[in-house]
Amino acid sequence: MIRIENIHKSFDDVQVLKGMDFEFDAGKTNLIIGRSGAGKTVLLKILVGLFKPTDGKVWYDTRDFFDLSKEDLRALRMEVGMLFQGNALFDSMTVAENVRFPLDMFSKMTLKEKNHRVNECLERVQLNGSNDKYPSEISGGMQKRVGIARAIVYKPKYLFCDEPNSGLDPKTSITIDDLIKEITEADNITTVINTHDMNSVMEIGENICFLDKGKIVWKGNRHEVMTSENENLNSFIFASPFLQRLKAKAKK
Amino acid sequence: MKSLFIHLGRYVMWHKNIYKKTGNFSMFYKEVVRQVYDIGVGSLLIVFIISIFIGAVTAQQMYYQLTGTSIPAYYIGYIVRDMAIIELAATFTCLVLAGKVGSNLAAEIGGMRQKEHIDAMEIMGVNTASYLVLPKIIGGLIAIPILVFIAAIVNIAGGYLASVPTGLFTNFDYVKGLRSFFNEYNVLMMFVKSVVFAYIIITVSCYQGYFVKGGNIELGQASTRAVVYSCVLVLVSDYVVAILLTTG
Ligand SMILES: Nc1ncnc2c1ncn2[C@@H]1O[C@H](COP(=O)(O)OP(=O)(O)O)[C@@H](O)[C@H]1O
Ligand SMILES: [Mg+2]
Repeated sequence: MIRIENIHKSFDDVQVLKGMDFEFDAGKTNLIIGRSGAGKTVLLKILVGLFKPTDGKVWYDTRDFFDLSKEDLRALRMEVGMLFQGNALFDSMTVAENVRFPLDMFSKMTLKEKNHRVNECLERVQLNGSNDKYPSEISGGMQKRVGIARAIVYKPKYLFCDEPNSGLDPKTSITIDDLIKEITEADNITTVINTHDMNSVMEIGENICFLDKGKIVWKGNRHEVMTSENENLNSFIFASPFLQRLKAKAKK
Repeated sequence: MKSLFIHLGRYVMWHKNIYKKTGNFSMFYKEVVRQVYDIGVGSLLIVFIISIFIGAVTAQQMYYQLTGTSIPAYYIGYIVRDMAIIELAATFTCLVLAGKVGSNLAAEIGGMRQKEHIDAMEIMGVNTASYLVLPKIIGGLIAIPILVFIAAIVNIAGGYLASVPTGLFTNFDYVKGLRSFFNEYNVLMMFVKSVVFAYIIITVSCYQGYFVKGGNIELGQASTRAVVYSCVLVLVSDYVVAILLTTG
């Protein structure tokens, strides 16, 4: 579980986040949704400590993230995995080396044990056999899978995904979403996903917060999205006339 | 002016992170080896080419200035040698490396910043300032003084090639000049300079890349700044080192 309390963030004089409270549950795919520029990435980067909030707290279960000692922070880092919007795979390393990188950096395992763990993770994301390819040689969907494999190589308790569907076709998007959901449930991970993808909301939206103009203006799950009366949310999710008709039907 | 102090402050604070240990030693060692290879072997050819011509030009110029004076011909060998060791090898090599290595490092690290590679490493718990920059500093401090040493020798050889086969003066004169008035202290000065210049080039260029923001245009600007600032600081420190080591 991760809880945010009264999170504010400004860059110079510009207020991007204006006070947010929310709880991201363990074992669930928690979504942060909102229009482009709403502040989703900024919030996610605050959750993982890449930005410091101007005000407010982030709780990892009972740990106050921005008040941890160096040792505790290092320990917590080992429990956190992240999938980046552009994948952030290291171009000069093969798929296997990318996934092994966190282990190479920090673990005391032997090479054999590390490779075993890497293969486990690659199998988990259905990517066995691509170990020696370079990121530039595989498709966008496969790169996402490598990113997921690298994020889970340390068996994280917390997983963060920034727009995991951006740049993917709808079918691939759904398989990536399903994969994240499956891993989240199997390992009881607290997963936080940034998205503006309508499909994801409907597929894996178990606990959603909707960001608009620096505030959380709606909370709920994918079933509640269908019945919500919130104008702002509806104009965001049900943007096309087709979806508006769908929603009208669902209400009846 | 204000931003100069902000950069200076950030540059100094950044050093605290660079010298903090991070991760397994084997990964660090692998990076150092790669950097020595990239910077050292990768720059060998260009250093060779410029050094041979600088030596040649020095000899040619000295010949032009000294003919008709009462200064003996063998002085040219002595002058070429000492100019190479005291000034030209270190300064010219490092100005060229500021262009080649500096722009490379800024682009490499800046690209990693923009593609979120640095963020990804930070999330894993890697101290990126240390992991990315320290191996480059160590690699540079190993490779660049060796390159400068090679440059000095090639410089002297260039002076020879430009003068003896072309008949400006004799083999005997040049070699006699090379053997005259030798002072080991000047060699020490060359190495001190090369170490100082190496440190400036590597850290200034990495700094430009590490803190880059925005997109391709900013990356290009950072790369340019890396080269310009490195060159200026190399020349300023050249003067400072010269004062410190030749007076008092
Ligand atoms: N490092 C930064 N410095 C200044 N402003 C930023 C920075 N990062 C994001 N912003 C601003 O914060 C706002 C929200 O951005 P972001 O979180 O990336 O949006 P999105 O919801 O599309 O992920 C944008 O207006 C952006 O310009
Ligand atoms: Mg974003």
